[in-house]
Amino acid sequence: MSAVLEPPVETINKQLEELDTVTIRFAGDSGDGMQLTGTQFTNTSAIVGNDISTLPDFPAEIRAPAGSLPGVSGFQLNFSSHDIRTPGDQPNVLVAMNPAALKVNLPDLEEGGTMIINTDEFTKENLEHAAYKSNPLEDGSLTGYRVHMLPISTLNVNALKGNVDLSRKEIARCKNFFALGVLYWLYDRPLDPTLNWINAKFRKNPELAKANEVALKTGYNFAETTEVFTTHYTVKKAVIAPGRYRKITGNEATAIGFVTAAELAGRTLFYGSYPITPASDILHELARHKNFGVKTFQAEDEIAAVCAAIGASFAGHVGLTGTSGPGVALKQEAIGLAVMTELPLVIINVQRGGPSTGLPTKTEQADLFQAVWGRNGECPAIVIAPATPSDCFDMAIEAVRLAFKYMVPVFYLSDGYLANGAEPWAVPAIEKLPRIEVKFATDPKNFMPYARDERTLARPWALPGTPGLEHRIGGIEKQNITGNVNYDPENHHLMVKLRQEKVDRAVADIPPVEVFGDQSGKVLVLGWGSTYGSITSAVERMRNEGKSVSSVHLRHLNPFPGNLGAVLSNFETVIIPEMNLGQLCTMIRAKYLVDAVAFSKVKGRPFQIREIVRKVEEYL
Amino acid sequence: MSTPGNGSGNGNGHHVDASVSAESEGGASQFQIAPPPGELTKKDFVSNQEVRWCPGCGDYAILNNVQKVMPELGISREKMVFVSGIGCSSRFPYYMNTYGFHSIHGRAPAIATGIKAANPELSVWVITGDGDALSIGGNHFVHVLRRNLDINYILFNNRIYGLTKGQYSPTSVFGQRTKSTPMGVIDYPVNPLSLAIASEATFVARSIDIDVKHLGTMVEAAAKHKGVSFLEVYQNCNIFNDGAFDYFAERSVRSDKVLYLEHGKPMIFGKDRNQGIRMNGAHPEVVTIGENGITEADILVHDINLQDPSVAFMLARMEQPDFPQPVGVFRAIERPSYDGMLAAQIDTAIAKSGPGSLDKLINSGDMWTVE
Repeated sequence: MSAVLEPPVETINKQLEELDTVTIRFAGDSGDGMQLTGTQFTNTSAIVGNDISTLPDFPAEIRAPAGSLPGVSGFQLNFSSHDIRTPGDQPNVLVAMNPAALKVNLPDLEEGGTMIINTDEFTKENLEHAAYKSNPLEDGSLTGYRVHMLPISTLNVNALKGNVDLSRKEIARCKNFFALGVLYWLYDRPLDPTLNWINAKFRKNPELAKANEVALKTGYNFAETTEVFTTHYTVKKAVIAPGRYRKITGNEATAIGFVTAAELAGRTLFYGSYPITPASDILHELARHKNFGVKTFQAEDEIAAVCAAIGASFAGHVGLTGTSGPGVALKQEAIGLAVMTELPLVIINVQRGGPSTGLPTKTEQADLFQAVWGRNGECPAIVIAPATPSDCFDMAIEAVRLAFKYMVPVFYLSDGYLANGAEPWAVPAIEKLPRIEVKFATDPKNFMPYARDERTLARPWALPGTPGLEHRIGGIEKQNITGNVNYDPENHHLMVKLRQEKVDRAVADIPPVEVFGDQSGKVLVLGWGSTYGSITSAVERMRNEGKSVSSVHLRHLNPFPGNLGAVLSNFETVIIPEMNLGQLCTMIRAKYLVDAVAFSKVKGRPFQIREIVRKVEEYL
Repeated sequence: MSTPGNGSGNGNGHHVDASVSAESEGGASQFQIAPPPGELTKKDFVSNQEVRWCPGCGDYAILNNVQKVMPELGISREKMVFVSGIGCSSRFPYYMNTYGFHSIHGRAPAIATGIKAANPELSVWVITGDGDALSIGGNHFVHVLRRNLDINYILFNNRIYGLTKGQYSPTSVFGQRTKSTPMGVIDYPVNPLSLAIASEATFVARSIDIDVKHLGTMVEAAAKHKGVSFLEVYQNCNIFNDGAFDYFAERSVRSDKVLYLEHGKPMIFGKDRNQGIRMNGAHPEVVTIGENGITEADILVHDINLQDPSVAFMLARMEQPDFPQPVGVFRAIERPSYDGMLAAQIDTAIAKSGPGSLDKLINSGDMWTVE
């Protein structure tokens, strides 16, 4: 627990211990650069061959007052020598750059866990900001943890002062790299990947590059020589299939997935969007890819964003709009128009805590009903959901494929956890991705705007500009086949059924569910969306203990895969963990008359593996 | 890092019989390739749909005029798209034998933005009313104009809600008694032209439904403008707001009460062509030529190309009874269009980075190889 200002001259002989998995949470003020620090640690860990999974946790405020509790920004990283699917239930290590970061994150740290604390920030003022009545570093409240107290700010200043031509403020901002250096020694990571990044990033500002480099190296050397640490750790390479990997977040995978889908269809991608957390990064990413012909339109509001996407779709583009829950609420009338005009459209909903403004930066899955049933009239749409950050790529292609084939809107339900979480992605071979078939009507002979494809019931897609196919579509009911305005009761009944039937028939095009574990047994854990990682890890853990538990993960929520009912009937109990009050559970109970159990958690945070294990154990 | 499996699909059973008979209202005959643009006639733009506006509605005159002007534009029929929102006027696309999209209330400009951005070669027309454009769609009104999308935007202003049967609209006059305002309207009306000019519209014009010749000229001028063209048409609703514009538009008073703006010409009006607009300091005033030494040289000459919108705005504020009601082109300036610049940015990006390569796209970012 000694705070050392100068490293001792002699190097102590330190032990290297091997660990299987480590979860670290970096926490500091939102201006402290914790997201960057965590990202660098993650990239380096991926490069040395660990499996990784990460989750940032940042405040909704851009810069809440310095040192305040709402201003704490965190980044959790799980790195391992085996296959992992979540950022870890509980951090083993907490890096706390100030009192507020300690206060916010301490409850999550595992019992007896390790802390690395920047003691310099534990001033009277900062303790007050964090509502500490006494200094936790002195009042014994951290007893039971392994606490490493380092004056990181001072050490960093001492390393850089006189060494670089930068202001005091600029020097102070390098302290996260000093901390990163300490962590790199502690977990036996190479410095090169981050040094390369620093040099590329600050190419135009060599003084900043030098400062960050010196801070990183000094942190590393300090940790190696100081008496504070007697042991450091290594996490061996995971056994990962050979190939090229890319660290990817859900939002990145979503964006490049839709660019890819458009290319596979040979059409131009049009993205209409209005900035909203946590979906805006998709807009930013797509706006960078204009050389693919991608057209991004930052609309005046959510409604204009979706309407422009519908217009673009009418004209033959891949019509895509993206938002979060509140934005979907505004778009619903227009989505109904796309259902009525039977145009392809994809709606990305990166779900966040609701209702209303809710928790903008936190994750939730409470928009399933909104997607399936949230519009006026009988207004069916296809609903799909990616399961992991990298799965966002595949499901983006799936969304466009289904929308084009059935001429219907497709909801793509991501969430804040998938959007910002990162994992390794085995980069696919482009030539192996299946093309997306697109058929446009061109022949005026026998053309009818609402004629039906025999198999899919899709109407023809006839683009403005095609001679002889001039026709009118709209939100008012149309006569089947001719597309004329029509109020006939029999026709309306038929059209309502046809629109539903189109969506129902998509079941022929979606894969059956696969059971993880035995095909029958005591408990089936059924999930959808971002709960995949925790559910699968929990089931795997229990199966390794010989328990009768299996899991199924749904990526298609409307319609459900064709074999789902049969699969459900093979288990005594079906448990459905969801970050809502049981929306999928309600749908499953209604459709299959299965007495499924809802396991709800609506805290803005993903499920922990152990939470699911405990719940399942109640039914074994 | 693993994801659930992705097997092959399987089908399910029940079907709806989709082959219900097409009781076509002459359906098949409408799908024929039109003659080349030079040989098009009005008839080519008349759809086979029965027009369902109330007899005597001003909309008929506008429809008739637009159909008449279309062949003169030199644009092939399949390249035309009429987009509308909700309201009486918004049924317009069904009656045009072009591509059409009857969308949802207020959103036609947003739909049109997507269509035009996707295919800049299309001639896109937005047809809207005062409620659709200025009330529920007010936000899109502002933004489609400032965006300078190269479309034509015709607002049928009848100062009332017709399709919902007679409630006041954002252009209804102050104090007007309607079904929803039995004691009179207590909202101040919005002036569509003022709002259009404030929204940076590059072409702003006004006409009157019953002034058939002028209306045709305005539709044509709007069509020929590159960039967004905003045309307000005073349109009589003979059911819920009959005669709303008679006080200046009725044939017997029109020449005295309407000022026909013409580019490069002095702003003169009146049966005897002796009334004019003169600037008195910063304010316009109506003067009589030949009285108090006023000659034609004192009369303000109309210039539609002024970059500064102040004079256009001033003209837009003039109204009966203090001033003649101006119609014509108020403003027509050149400015690059949104769709043009969008396409140009894509060309620039391709010139700079080469056409997109999926292989490059996915093999970028933080990457590593596992041996």
